[in-house]
Amino acid sequence: MAKKFLSGNEAFAYGIRLARPQVISAYPITPQTIVVEKLSEMVEDGSLPSEFIHVESEHSALSCAMGASSVGARAFTATSSQGLLYMAECLTYASGGRFPIVMMNANRSTALPWNIYGDQRDSLSLLDSGWIQAYAENAQEALDLALMSYYIAEHKTVSTPFMVNLDGFVLTHTYEVVDVPAAEQADEFLPPLETDNKMDLLHPKNLGFSAGPDHNTAFKYKEHIGLLNAADVITQAEKRFAEIFGRQYSGLVENYRTDDADYIIITLGSIAGLVKEVIDKLREQGKKVGLVRIRYMRPFPNEMIAQAVGNAKAAAVLEKDISFGNEGTVYTNVNSALYKAGISIPVSNYIGGLGGKNILPEEIEKILEELTERTVKTEFLGIGGV
Amino acid sequence: MIQVLWHGRGGQGAFTAARLLGAAYAQKKNGFALSFPSFGPERRGAPIRAFTKLDDRPIGNRSEILQADYSIYLDDTLFSQAALSEIKTGGKILLNTKHPVFDNKVITIDGDTIAKEILGLPITNTIMLGALSAVFNEIEIEEIAQAIRENMPKKLWDKNIAAVKAAREAVR
Repeated sequence: MAKKFLSGNEAFAYGIRLARPQVISAYPITPQTIVVEKLSEMVEDGSLPSEFIHVESEHSALSCAMGASSVGARAFTATSSQGLLYMAECLTYASGGRFPIVMMNANRSTALPWNIYGDQRDSLSLLDSGWIQAYAENAQEALDLALMSYYIAEHKTVSTPFMVNLDGFVLTHTYEVVDVPAAEQADEFLPPLETDNKMDLLHPKNLGFSAGPDHNTAFKYKEHIGLLNAADVITQAEKRFAEIFGRQYSGLVENYRTDDADYIIITLGSIAGLVKEVIDKLREQGKKVGLVRIRYMRPFPNEMIAQAVGNAKAAAVLEKDISFGNEGTVYTNVNSALYKAGISIPVSNYIGGLGGKNILPEEIEKILEELTERTVKTEFLGIGGV
Repeated sequence: MIQVLWHGRGGQGAFTAARLLGAAYAQKKNGFALSFPSFGPERRGAPIRAFTKLDDRPIGNRSEILQADYSIYLDDTLFSQAALSEIKTGGKILLNTKHPVFDNKVITIDGDTIAKEILGLPITNTIMLGALSAVFNEIEIEEIAQAIRENMPKKLWDKNIAAVKAAREAVR
């Protein structure tokens, strides 16, 4: 392993190089551009033997990755925001076709108003597209996810595309200390892709197949089961990863000081780092507060969240997202998890960080303070309740 | 945590300095650092800020620095009395200027002259990094040199390492 000082985008590119994709197809968009530039440099200098295809749009980027995957190649693409929305049509093709493509998405606000900064409305609006969705907290986790994502996506019981989300700028453009694993260890962790879901000239198949009313439900059922199966495979992958690289991850969620916590913030992505710092500070003052960081939005950690929050007095979901006309989508998902587990504590929803707006430590302290009132509300940070 | 705020104009290399400082500190056994620019479109000549946070544990707060231990100006046309509100009590400002500033919170260095002599260019980012190393004791010359070797093209190594050393001596 080598300790390097890398941005989130660079760290992710190093992780992808270790995964040895045979085809990379991408179209640049801020703040994803650097991961694509870095990978094209690696292909150019020969350190990553791969076919780099600079396509003319995001729609083609994913279509191209799908074509590569259909002949058994390991494929990678990356995008952000409007680019992700532009390729949305292809997302369901990739998941329905069970192609284990990995895509990095640099989380960025969606227009209008046009904005290049980070929030999570782009990826969360596509939760139903049949992809595994992971959210990294820091550059190390991003690199490790780049490697683990292929292991999980390609597993026979999963065979599902994988979207790794990095918060735009605050993660993609921030430099930090990252351990870059050695290539031999990465090869030990991730063998070359072997799949029956492929075709060649001797074994022709239909790429854009159809299934009418009689069979369609069965296809969708199996797609759902594949995504559910990912939960166990994630645990397996993390165990194997820890054995080889010595870093242990915690599955679909990370619980931080939740064991005896009365008040809990549930969130995802890089803001969790700040929430941890605030929790440490409040713990020193004797306040029983904790964090549940959702690492995977799909498959969704229903039981884990219920378990972590079950004994708390109140919780808040803090998210960089709003489903207009209702509430934050993460909040909807969390409430469903708690309801199914028979947990009825007050849970509030805080919408923040939209369009890159900074979330302050004082705002996180205030959320935890307001939880002691044990009311239920939806509030936009810096604006107020709705 | 030590927080360093960098002020420069697009093209002067303020973010490179922020990154080199982080990379230098990260070589320590328990050295953790975050380095990032003020995000947004970059234009040559426009004021930009960059940030370095240093600690002996992972840093979770990724937001911009409002109160710095050290605030560094690569360009004195960006400096005004308002600069003093950006430093903590006991904090210092490092200013690249030919003019004296009569305030004990402000340390001045004629970085442009050193830059012309050693680099042959009016680029003062590594010079101001060297100046910082004279007042901030937790960073060694060798750590900065290693950061330069890891993050700059080879042809720039010797001159920039020499510039760092000269600036350090000038401030001492």
